[in-house]
Amino acid sequence: MTPTLAVFKLASCDGCQLTLLDCEDELLALAGQVEISHFLEASSAVTGGPYDLSLVEGSVTTAADAERIRSIRAASRRLVTIGACATAGGIQALRNLADVDAYRRVVYAHPEYIDTLATSTPVSAHVDVDFELRGCPIDRRQLIEVITAFLAGRRPDVPNHSVCFECKRRGTVCVTVAHGTPCLGPVTHAGCGALCPAYQRGCFGCFGPSGSVNLPALIPLLRRDGLDEDAVGRFLHTFNTTAFEEELAP
Amino acid sequence: MTHRGSRVLHVGSLSRVEGEGALRLRVHDGTVTEARLEIYEPPRFFEAFLRGRSYTEPPDITARVCGICPVAYQMSACAAIEDACGVTVDPVIRELRRLLYCGEWIESQALHIYLLHAPDFLGRASAIELARTHRADVERGLRLKKAGNSVMELLGGRAVHPVNVRLGGFHRVPTRQELRPLREQLTQALDDAWETVRWVAGFEFPDARVEADLLALAEPDTYAIEGGTPTVLRDDGVETAFPTGDFTEHVTETHVARSTALHSRLDGRLHLTGSLARFAISGARLSPVAREAAVAAGLGDPREGAVCRNPFRSILVRAVETLYAVDEALRIIGTYEPPERPYTDVPSVPGVGHGATEAPRGLLYHRYELDADGLITDARMVPPTAQNQGAIEDDLRRIAQRALAEQGMDDAALTHLCERAIRNHDPCISCSTHFLDLTVVRTAGDTAGGSDV
Repeated sequence: MTPTLAVFKLASCDGCQLTLLDCEDELLALAGQVEISHFLEASSAVTGGPYDLSLVEGSVTTAADAERIRSIRAASRRLVTIGACATAGGIQALRNLADVDAYRRVVYAHPEYIDTLATSTPVSAHVDVDFELRGCPIDRRQLIEVITAFLAGRRPDVPNHSVCFECKRRGTVCVTVAHGTPCLGPVTHAGCGALCPAYQRGCFGCFGPSGSVNLPALIPLLRRDGLDEDAVGRFLHTFNTTAFEEELAP
Repeated sequence: MTHRGSRVLHVGSLSRVEGEGALRLRVHDGTVTEARLEIYEPPRFFEAFLRGRSYTEPPDITARVCGICPVAYQMSACAAIEDACGVTVDPVIRELRRLLYCGEWIESQALHIYLLHAPDFLGRASAIELARTHRADVERGLRLKKAGNSVMELLGGRAVHPVNVRLGGFHRVPTRQELRPLREQLTQALDDAWETVRWVAGFEFPDARVEADLLALAEPDTYAIEGGTPTVLRDDGVETAFPTGDFTEHVTETHVARSTALHSRLDGRLHLTGSLARFAISGARLSPVAREAAVAAGLGDPREGAVCRNPFRSILVRAVETLYAVDEALRIIGTYEPPERPYTDVPSVPGVGHGATEAPRGLLYHRYELDADGLITDARMVPPTAQNQGAIEDDLRRIAQRALAEQGMDDAALTHLCERAIRNHDPCISCSTHFLDLTVVRTAGDTAGGSDV
């Protein structure tokens, strides 16, 4: 039996499922290995579950989506979340630190029409998840690894060391040491290939916290390099707000 | 024949569009009484959480509005904030921005043409299914798309949410040597783009006509991408323009009676942005090879005022624009000399700035208000789909009405035609979500909100 693959989307920008379509060299080969049963962005042919592997992009921000993720879970043998929204609530989780009613009033002329939860939460806050692939957006090579690993029935080989390791491997000069540039590389999960330092800027944490994080040790460095208290807060609270928030909690 | 009775067609989850939306069509006694593109993407509140952020942050943050056109968000944000701060960037930086944007145009247009749109013309559910019978065509599309992504990856670091854009320019600019490998890939892409034009020109196109005004940026000497003046071509042929700073005075949102949806109007009239609008307004400024392609595609000679108003033929205009973007990227790479500095300094100035650029799907306007500390006090983004929704629905209504009157279609065929009519416009629903009110009409059997498992 050909294994079935499904791709679902909650609140998000579509960038992570687009990453699958951005696998131009692998897409047709992959399509030969699986039956794509549900992938609205790519196909109007939709078949019902159960699905052998479901990829879920996006965070839970409405009561309807909280309900929907439960039915997706029930229809999925394996459920993998892809991207910062699905694994940590995404940038829209900034509402978790704010007054969502005020947000509604800022954006919408008729806030009363807007159906939303006060929080943006990761999929794992609602259902069991078999694997979480990080990134805003996810990395294409890691996505291929995760899909092939699940199809082969093994755990994906996605290391959870920090971006610093990738910088060293790439031979990039440390932007913090050499230029005093604030960088979240020491606490951020690897996966992007240490892109930002290679482009002469500090990492802004779009893959979320790495396996072993010592934020209290990093924060004085960020301050030394010119970020005031508010700027440190903004730096940590952007694409993986809730994940870094947990690391900061005493 | 069912077309005499009253019926409601509803597609709970539109496929092959970016983001999540639904379609509703109400027919009473053979007349379409309601045609609606429903947007049920949950709001993400970008304009709210931008408040209090530093003026340097929107290029990275607003990229996350849309994974398919992040560069458009980055470019409109930079343009608006640089406008607020009174900074004009170095012309070489502007060319590099245009090169990055060309990468996004190639990637996004190829995605739309091959993966979202072409399957409609060939009766397939997806490009993957299409590859079973048209393998070489789909491979060409993927190769073309990859060329666009390569431009974005080299200049921006990655294709989705590039990291190298900052106010005033880039964090790091490439050397001439680093750009060299792109040349070969883009030369192949030029052939692929030409072949795309020929391929889509062979499709069959139903008759239809968009009757909305067309809105696109225009520049004196080039096909507008990363800047320009908002220009309107009315249905009666009259052309007018207004300064970007006056955008929200012209493009306004109104409540439609019986509906909670905000509909955008341009000076009180329906309008459409995107490929059809750009081609109508700037077509004469396409490069020679792109003009030749337009003629070869049967669109007519843009120098003689060719305008395409058939939304089904928008795939032809997208193919021509893709060819143009490849040609333009090659031109920029060919003449590139690295600037002395990768960016111009942009010191913050309290005030208001406006910026508009041409996202692949249409004009994207941003406005920011900055305080004395360089923090954002107000942010507005008007994405293309939010502007186009009224025109898309009007078009949908007309296409459905015509199909009913002439052919008396059954529900399945009519539904399929309506889905095609929406995909013609390549609506980018994720972009719209923070802007439009949610319209979820609950009736029996309604699946809006999603129960598509």
